[in-house]
Amino acid sequence: MAQYIRRRLITAIPVFFGITMLVFLLVDLAPGDLTDLMGEGAASTVEQAAMEAAVGLDQPLPVRYLLWLAGLFRGDLGRSYHYGQDVSHLIVQRIGPSLLLTGTGVVLAVAIAVPLGVAAAWKPKGAWDRLAHLFTISGSAVPGFFLALVAIYLFSVRLGWLPSSGMYRSVGGGDMADLLRHLILPAGVVGVSNVGSILRQTQSACLEVLGEDYIITARAKGLREGVVVVRHALGSALIPVLTSILTHIPHIIGGSVVVERIFGWPGMGSLMFSAVSGRDYNVVMGGTVVMALAVLLTSLLLDVVYGLVDPRVRYGER
Amino acid sequence: MGNGKRVWHRLLSDRRAVVCMAILAIEVLCVLILPLLLDLEPDLTDRTVGFWAPPSAAHWLGTDDVGRDILARLVCGGRISLLVGFASAAINLVVGVPLGLLAGYRRGKWEFWIMRLADVFQSFPSIVLILCLVTLMGASVLNLVLVIGFLGWPGIARLVYGNVLAVREKEYILAVRALGARTGTILLRNVLPNAVAPVWAALGQRVGRAILSESSLSFLGVGIRAPQASWGNLMQSAASLAVLTGRPWVWLPPGLLIILTVVCLQILGNALRDAMDPRTSAGR
Repeated sequence: MAQYIRRRLITAIPVFFGITMLVFLLVDLAPGDLTDLMGEGAASTVEQAAMEAAVGLDQPLPVRYLLWLAGLFRGDLGRSYHYGQDVSHLIVQRIGPSLLLTGTGVVLAVAIAVPLGVAAAWKPKGAWDRLAHLFTISGSAVPGFFLALVAIYLFSVRLGWLPSSGMYRSVGGGDMADLLRHLILPAGVVGVSNVGSILRQTQSACLEVLGEDYIITARAKGLREGVVVVRHALGSALIPVLTSILTHIPHIIGGSVVVERIFGWPGMGSLMFSAVSGRDYNVVMGGTVVMALAVLLTSLLLDVVYGLVDPRVRYGER
Repeated sequence: MGNGKRVWHRLLSDRRAVVCMAILAIEVLCVLILPLLLDLEPDLTDRTVGFWAPPSAAHWLGTDDVGRDILARLVCGGRISLLVGFASAAINLVVGVPLGLLAGYRRGKWEFWIMRLADVFQSFPSIVLILCLVTLMGASVLNLVLVIGFLGWPGIARLVYGNVLAVREKEYILAVRALGARTGTILLRNVLPNAVAPVWAALGQRVGRAILSESSLSFLGVGIRAPQASWGNLMQSAASLAVLTGRPWVWLPPGLLIILTVVCLQILGNALRDAMDPRTSAGR
């Protein structure tokens, strides 16, 4: 087991450096630098050089990368030019709302996708199967922003049930009920746009299990159909479903980024959008690297857990 | 490839695939020919009807915030959206297939480093990386195509890689190797044709996903920017409540066209996969 974990860690190390290098180069190679932004073009070359030296821009590229990396390990991602706060502080502030939105969205997606997938696998070509098919095809074809527009049109404008922007009412809000009312629409959009992939995975995993001999045995010994389908089929299908959700995490986060922007949700996505368009480079670097490292860490943990649970993974190939 | 004809035949016997192919063909023809045929001028302000005119005989979908014909912008926007979709999927393929081949066939160091590079790219939510790169490089059609194209290779590479791993152990590869063929020749003549089939099917999805990425960014104002039109940025005006509620003819057509296109690409991709898979029966 220790050897398996060590091997898995060794593959993660180059990926870690790859991620950080990519983020660093991405921003470093971008045209227009800090001094253009701060000096408003009025600074002389001498002043510019002094300013560059002040923020360490006069160092060669590898040195700056290592310095930035050392900062990353200490949790110091520099300061935001725009907000004048530490980037790490900003990220800590924004990550909560993002997790809330994405988490609620995923729970909603699972709540729709898993029962529907089981029902569709149980009676192929039935009504549920048709509905599931509709969902899988449209799920990846309807852009999140279109769904968001339709949701705002229906529930905010026409019916007037739910607010279309922000996290709390500007006046007199701030309690739990207020937060929930603001959460429903964006989380609903995140949820519905992720139903397709989870549904497809549930359905195909269940279909596969339902064809196994032990299902025939279970039916033959007179178990009720509900027990067969839910306990046996769904039970065995859960692991692949969980895997598919976790491997889709980057995609799910990406979707939430767009949804956050549309609904004015104060999370990482909104932060990234304003940082990128305002060329607030430290925030861009910090935000991107935190998202990517979170994904790397999740996949690492997932593999270790699989190794613990399933001996085939440990002794398998690689 | 002798079975190209067979695949084509099977594809034609799938009614849904034929419908989707027809829709996509019509779309491509429309965006290519209509501007010339109808003399569409997407950048021209019509001073006589003014801005935000409702649909009329002169402007079938009305005019936008500066009096430009929306239908003309829809057609020309389609050019950009479809171009971005197909061109960046082509780059996905050009980068992903060789890397996947190399990783799968050479194994060892090549395999390790190419797959780690794929891990690196796949750790990022793609829309975030695209957003950063496009904004930092400057938003233009070319940059958008390059960024979406070069960032999308890992998916294709993994697909090819997985197939090559299966194919390289087959007896016929061993046979040509025993005959003394060079690695390059084996890769091109023997491995590639057998490993690449699922990629054609995935291509439909890639084009669709590229169109969605482009339109999401353009909708949010960081992709294709006005005066240039794309299906995404045509919907940008729907961010204002007056347009969203009062003028659905402005934002519904581009939205529905995006959905229709991506659905068709997806169904076509699936049909292609089924048609190329010798295990599925021809009767379906």
